[in-house]
Amino acid sequence: MSSTEAIVLAKLPRSRRRHPLAVWLSLALLGVVTFLVLFGNLIAPDATAQSILDSLLPPGSPGHLLGTDELGRDVLALTIAGAASALVGPVCVALGSMVLGILLGTVSGYLRGPIDFIIGRWTDLLFSLPLLLAAIVVAGVFGAGYWMTVLLLILLFSPSDIRIVRAGVMEQAARPFVEAAQMLSLSKARIMFTQVLPNVWSLIITNSMLNVAFALVAFSSLSFLGVGVAPGTADWGRQLTDGRAIMIDNPAAVLVPALLIIGVASAANLVGDWLGQRLTRTGRS
Amino acid sequence: MLVVRVLGTLAILLVLSIIVFSMLHLAPGDIVKNLLGNRASSPEAIAAIRAQYNLDQPLYMQYLIWLGNALTGDFGQSIRLQDSVSNVIGSRLGITAALSGLAFLLALVVAVPLGVQSAVRSGSWIDRFATGFGIVGLSAPTFAVGLLLLYVFAFYVPIFPVYGAGDGGLDTLWHLVLPAVTLALGLGAIILKLTRTAMLRELETDYVTFGRARGLPDRQVHLIALRNAAIPIVTGASLVLTFLVGGTVLAETTFALPGLGTLLQGSVLFKDIAVVQALTLLVAVTIATIALLADLAYIFLDPRIRAKESAQ
Repeated sequence: MSSTEAIVLAKLPRSRRRHPLAVWLSLALLGVVTFLVLFGNLIAPDATAQSILDSLLPPGSPGHLLGTDELGRDVLALTIAGAASALVGPVCVALGSMVLGILLGTVSGYLRGPIDFIIGRWTDLLFSLPLLLAAIVVAGVFGAGYWMTVLLLILLFSPSDIRIVRAGVMEQAARPFVEAAQMLSLSKARIMFTQVLPNVWSLIITNSMLNVAFALVAFSSLSFLGVGVAPGTADWGRQLTDGRAIMIDNPAAVLVPALLIIGVASAANLVGDWLGQRLTRTGRS
Repeated sequence: MLVVRVLGTLAILLVLSIIVFSMLHLAPGDIVKNLLGNRASSPEAIAAIRAQYNLDQPLYMQYLIWLGNALTGDFGQSIRLQDSVSNVIGSRLGITAALSGLAFLLALVVAVPLGVQSAVRSGSWIDRFATGFGIVGLSAPTFAVGLLLLYVFAFYVPIFPVYGAGDGGLDTLWHLVLPAVTLALGLGAIILKLTRTAMLRELETDYVTFGRARGLPDRQVHLIALRNAAIPIVTGASLVLTFLVGGTVLAETTFALPGLGTLLQGSVLFKDIAVVQALTLLVAVTIATIALLADLAYIFLDPRIRAKESAQ
């Protein structure tokens, strides 16, 4: 997604104080959700258990705080268990795309020449298609499962990481310390990864945090459209598709996962922005 | 420079067309069965399919014939809807165009003034509100926003219709309001961010200080700054467009609008490959064209670049 790139590169010209309260709230939300991802299966061990007798109970019913869906699955348990499916994929996408971005971006920005040209055209090509469209088409037509979708999204997210790392590396490569390292006849690989790269970390971390937010959106969008996550899985995006039809009987089945997706994506975005401002002010010379 | 840009765009479209073409051959399952869909697989039907798609020809000939047909607007038959792909797309284009046009208009009308104000009054409550709106708008997935709006304005306070496209004319417009607002939130957030960043940069330039020193009214200074800020905003148009493509699919699915987005979703799930191919190519061409137009607008808006272009 090229919007991450625009946001990272379009840094505000002067530093502004961020509302720390919003950042603390975001971190708290991310903490709670991380807890759910790690221990959700212990809190709600049989979230997908169906019970025809208890179908479509409204929120506040005894034993079902958020009610049940049309298959009699407890919405609260589904939501707790769904955190893992909704978040593990996006985090893997951000990490994978970060690794690709570091490798290709550093090589491209430091070595330049034909390698840079090839990598540049490759990112151009991936950028020319809207990410979500490409993901829907490829994952849908080829019937990709969860982990295939993760790989696909890594591929589609990587151009923005590659470009950002490349730009950062190019800026650093012109500096005297690189020349000094070359004088000491350090190997190219050593200069790239031990001398130049550490100066670009702040950009990489910021962008990866923003990538988590956008990958969460992309992932849940795919599962909402019925691509990527198998029917019947506990997953926030999937809950929205299933819950649309029962909105009148049990609004919680839709509203709770919808608000969670919006909240977590916004929180990741906010923390990413905040990190970016903190790190770029202190981290880079 | 411009020639290179056009050639680059054509090269990318060519590569994409090859990828889109190979979708037919790479899709899992037997190609003839994929193309037959639900129709009975009699020997005659199979022979007809093989002839229609030239499956007996070498691969590069198949591609060239397919590309030739595609360029003349013939994308074959939709196996799901039993109609020619161009008819299917033509009949749904209107809704999508109306939806994205309305959303774009809404986003523009709200986000540009808000972005300008938020830059001018940097740090004020209006800036804080705009920043918050921008972050939520950028992060919230279209379908989640759509479902929230649907619940509030169609069930809780029933003002707007739940779904469908209405009976045409004003009724359709009324049906498009909620989906358009949904889409406009994300679009607006992007435009807002671009406007705010560009305006902040312009407001720090010397000509703004000079204009103020000469006693120009604030309004006039802001308008001049906005004109210069327009360059990065317009170059960001492709960003807006890529968001719009994904957003339309989600908004149409959420509100069950019979547009190109739901067509894509349905076709992908049914593996109606001819339709998917046509839509992908259509989107790629549209985006490439608009990105190119944005570059032209860039030349048009910035006299410095215009001078450089003509000097070469």
